[in-house]
Amino acid sequence: MRFLFDTETWQEIYGSIRKNKLRTGITIIGVLWGIFLLIVLLGATRGLENSFKNAFGNLATNSVFVWTQSTDTPFKGFQKGRSFRLTMNDIDVLKSEYASEIKFLAPRNQTMNLIVRDFKSGSFKVSGDYPILDQIQKKSLTFGRFLNQNDIMSMSKVAVISEEMVKQLFDKEEMPIGQYIKINNINYKVVGVYEPSNTVNFDRDTAYIPFTTFKKVYNSSDKIDWMMITANNGVNIEQLEKDLLLTLKNLHKVHPEDKRAFGSINLGKEIGRLTGFLTGMQFLTWFVGIATLIAGVFAIGNILLITVKERTKEIGIRRAIGATPKSIRQQIILEAVFLTATAGMLGIIFGAFTLYIIDAGFGQGPDAALINPTVNIPIILISCTILIFLGTLIGLIPAHMATIIKPIEALREE
Amino acid sequence: MIKIEKLHKSYPIGKDSLHVLKGIDLHIKEGEFVSIMGSSGSGKSTLLNIVGLLDIHDQGNYFLNGQLIKNMNEKKAAILRNKFLGFVFQSFNLISYKTALENVALPLYYKGLKRKERLKIALDYLEKVGLKEWANHLPNELSGGQKQRVAIARALVTKPKVVLADEPTGALDSGTTDSVMGLLKDINNEGMTVFVITHEQEVAEQTKRIVHLKDGVIINDFLTKEIKKA
Repeated sequence: MRFLFDTETWQEIYGSIRKNKLRTGITIIGVLWGIFLLIVLLGATRGLENSFKNAFGNLATNSVFVWTQSTDTPFKGFQKGRSFRLTMNDIDVLKSEYASEIKFLAPRNQTMNLIVRDFKSGSFKVSGDYPILDQIQKKSLTFGRFLNQNDIMSMSKVAVISEEMVKQLFDKEEMPIGQYIKINNINYKVVGVYEPSNTVNFDRDTAYIPFTTFKKVYNSSDKIDWMMITANNGVNIEQLEKDLLLTLKNLHKVHPEDKRAFGSINLGKEIGRLTGFLTGMQFLTWFVGIATLIAGVFAIGNILLITVKERTKEIGIRRAIGATPKSIRQQIILEAVFLTATAGMLGIIFGAFTLYIIDAGFGQGPDAALINPTVNIPIILISCTILIFLGTLIGLIPAHMATIIKPIEALREE
Repeated sequence: MIKIEKLHKSYPIGKDSLHVLKGIDLHIKEGEFVSIMGSSGSGKSTLLNIVGLLDIHDQGNYFLNGQLIKNMNEKKAAILRNKFLGFVFQSFNLISYKTALENVALPLYYKGLKRKERLKIALDYLEKVGLKEWANHLPNELSGGQKQRVAIARALVTKPKVVLADEPTGALDSGTTDSVMGLLKDINNEGMTVFVITHEQEVAEQTKRIVHLKDGVIINDFLTKEIKKA
């Protein structure tokens, strides 16, 4: 092992590498490319993962959304194709029956309406909501506040609107908070302005008004359009979805096997799919990266084999003046390891630099496609170790070739 | 120094074998300056390779510095070569990407000396062959005679017991031949055993003992006039 730390060894290696700079350069490109690919692809995958996470960041991911459609099976005397609606009674039943599983439950009513202010107007979604919505789907407010319990109790005519709506309904630099907008000819006071998130979103540019106000104004009585349910941590969201739907089917006299009566989206399941996709990407990255690395290492072995053949005479001379087979072997293996390691380092440096550029170009801001594309240090260390190991292994072949030639034959070579 | 008894060597050529050395008896004492003469195919190069531990004999005994050479493995041979033998080749065999000084210092590297020490000793030997000013030149910047003198310096740098020279003047013109032979003579005068292979009469005549080889046997072995005069 001592020869590794001997300056002489390295001078000998430097000498023989310097002799053929171009070939050495081309040789290491294979390995360089392999590790570069590995680093950049892993980093990009990580970036994608981060941006997915970010996209769901303001949405409680263990959520189910439920709405009604029409039945597809006759049941209890009802014809098939019957339409029905969720009611506040459903909400109460679910809340009491699944008290330990459900964290938040938000009933929602929505409609499209013309919103007018002075001479400006626009058609937007109007949504009757509870303050709890802010817990399920975080709103980032630029001004004012979101709906509160007081608004619900007093059925106050207040609205929380988006920045885009402010742009369309208000003059520039006009402060919307405290101003009035007309929805369906009724005046509402603007109490909050929110920034629409670029992430997964179900109501873009919506005027949020208190649920109770909506009920009164639109005369929706106990009916509700749909609901958002967020489960407590550790609850199996898929199981909860099945149970909830079964309870609802029972409440609405719908056949338990009816597939069409209720519509639902399980966010947990959708995210699971994306995560699976990411895992696939990662696997592919490792596979491609490592395969390229191995090919690169073989290229180094191959070139060293040619080098050994070319240097047969030189090796013969060295043997004649006292080089032992061991010292020749060590030098060639070390050369292989040195080349792979150098190529690896360069690949890591270039890879990291590329990730840095990707980060600067696409990694920042709310629209970022790849957020913080990075690779863990342990992964880099592991790939370096693998590289050095493969370098040693592949160096053994040319090293063996170099020593099985007899010095006398080596000297005879021209 | 070198003692050879009934040495046989044959090379397999296809199914047959070529009997190159057919019972050589040769005794070279320390400090001798011997040349082996013979036409090509006489077996002189084979003899030198065996003496130089680059090849193995089939039969007979070979004693180098009193040690019986038998069952040599490559490692042992390498160590003995480094310790006892210095090689000078017809085609110089310098390493092209190393300077004259580095070439001379290389055997000391395999001997395990430190770089500083190595370069210092190497420079002394380059000075001895009159090439101190050329120390940092690459071999292709040197003339044939200069290259051979660098090679001689390299052969001497480990202070070997025997210098083996295989047609050392084969690639040189007559002027440089004389200077190289003069150098070998000087080395011999300092007490080193020098063993030269040549097919040139003039070169052989500058040594102290000529051994004629023909078809793998020694046909005559005599001391030159030069020594008789002295």
